[in-house]
Amino acid sequence: MAPTIRVRAQASGDATNVQALIQHPMDSGFVKDSKGVLIPPHYIETLTFEHAGKVVLEAFWGPAVSKDPYIKFGFKGGAKGDDLKVTWVDNLGKTDTLTAKIA
Amino acid sequence: MKSTPILLAALLTVAGITSWVMDEGHAAASANSTTPEQDMQAFQRYFKQRFPNVKFPDFANGPYAVNAEMRKQWEEIMQFPPYDFAVDEGKTAFETPFKNGKTYGDCFPNKGIGVRQTFPYFDTKTGEVVTLDLAINRCRAENGEKPLPYQTGVMASLTAYMSQTSRGKPFDIKIPDDPRARAAYEAGKQYFYSRHGQLNFSCASCHVTASGQRLRGDILAPALGILASFPIYRSDWGSMGTIDRRFTSCSAQMRAEPLPPQDPTYRDLEYFLSYMSNGVPIAGPGTRP
Amino acid sequence: MEGPSQFKMPSATRRGALAMLALAGLTGFAGKVWAAVAPGWPENAFKQKSKDDAVKALYGKPMTTSDKITLEVPEIAENGAVVPVTVSTTLPNVTSISILVEQNPYTVAASYKLSDATLPSVGCRLKMAKTTAVIGVVESGGNLYSTSKQVKVTLGGCGG
Repeated sequence: MAPTIRVRAQASGDATNVQALIQHPMDSGFVKDSKGVLIPPHYIETLTFEHAGKVVLEAFWGPAVSKDPYIKFGFKGGAKGDDLKVTWVDNLGKTDTLTAKIA
Repeated sequence: MKSTPILLAALLTVAGITSWVMDEGHAAASANSTTPEQDMQAFQRYFKQRFPNVKFPDFANGPYAVNAEMRKQWEEIMQFPPYDFAVDEGKTAFETPFKNGKTYGDCFPNKGIGVRQTFPYFDTKTGEVVTLDLAINRCRAENGEKPLPYQTGVMASLTAYMSQTSRGKPFDIKIPDDPRARAAYEAGKQYFYSRHGQLNFSCASCHVTASGQRLRGDILAPALGILASFPIYRSDWGSMGTIDRRFTSCSAQMRAEPLPPQDPTYRDLEYFLSYMSNGVPIAGPGTRP
Repeated sequence: MEGPSQFKMPSATRRGALAMLALAGLTGFAGKVWAAVAPGWPENAFKQKSKDDAVKALYGKPMTTSDKITLEVPEIAENGAVVPVTVSTTLPNVTSISILVEQNPYTVAASYKLSDATLPSVGCRLKMAKTTAVIGVVESGGNLYSTSKQVKVTLGGCGG
């Protein structure tokens, strides 16, 4: 199946800038479908970025994060060619992971 | 004098039409006395004068061309646009052969790459306006595949991919020297300037007369270039939508009966709007509120 | 109620097939919703409905306003469903950044745990139910700081 995670990691000086876009409904549980039935909550709870065995960012998300969520941050270290591992876990226990190369 | 009431009625009608025409910022003097080329020049001149600070290609960006605060949010979102997934899906779908081994590329000039700016075109063989979406389903039918539903899903992904391959190419819509083509163009123009629905709005009411102004929280896009960024990921939909999706939802929002997707009226409207935007570069796929 | 039109009647969204991870025996059954809690997720904090309760649940310490935190938000959101928010700070030794949306159904929108290598700035896109304050919270050197900005959220055009 198509990956749900897209990452752009760019080494810049002594830092790495990261942007990620994730395909996920991020249903809050407050919205009704066209039949008037509440769509159950389905959202990413944790999103983790790992570099060289260290977690450089751990995101705790709730239903207020937008659909097809986006994140942008940076960390010191990281060089071109290094791996950056991205993993998310949602409230239904589903998960996906992607290892991208820092450019 | 017996003819006075008639004369009066005639004068009032002319005054009424004239004021309506001026009121709506009507670009053409009347339905058949101008050529499409003249209409287009007048249309583009109107918007250039109304928005003197907008660079011509920027009209492809709709509300973001005419409102700085909205533009800032758009630029933020465009750092990593949410339509990326649709473009990927579209590319995969585009390159996957049909059951008979042929591909979409076999149905289009230049293998379907960099052609979006020539749609819609008038098909003189079948006597109808052919939009990109219609052409995709025609291609499928010719190759023994079932049609794709319009408005969203794979159709939106395919047009997203094809639009992206045309990024930067100016709209190049042709009206062949054929009375049927001219009639389709005129029908589209007529629809654009006619009032519809319970709210009694025409497309022009919002996208000409009130363009650049707020309609509740939204900034109304100028009609010039308004189709250049389609298909779009609308935050409101949380998904991709084609020109059809926008036309049908706009009709519904004006409390008018929406026509089915790819209805000839909508196709004529798309033909008119695209021709008016000749020269504006394709910027699709896009994001909108 | 004010809010983005997505709180009215959208069609059910398409879900992609995703790898399933059995978490401590929790599985989803058709028709039932099992709210699985991912390891480390501060469940209690995400249940809070006021700024004070949210901060208490997240950090359990007092908070003071600081002008060393920059909160980038639009003045008028183009759509309450997707509001770009960036929190940055010049405060040192930042271990956590959180974003609260004061009058959202649940106040905590997102919370980030930073390593000592992470730059003190995070950007994301949030849902806002109505015009309210967005609050950026920063934990720096063990202390808690915040700043806040009002973001206007209105209905989109055409009553859509």
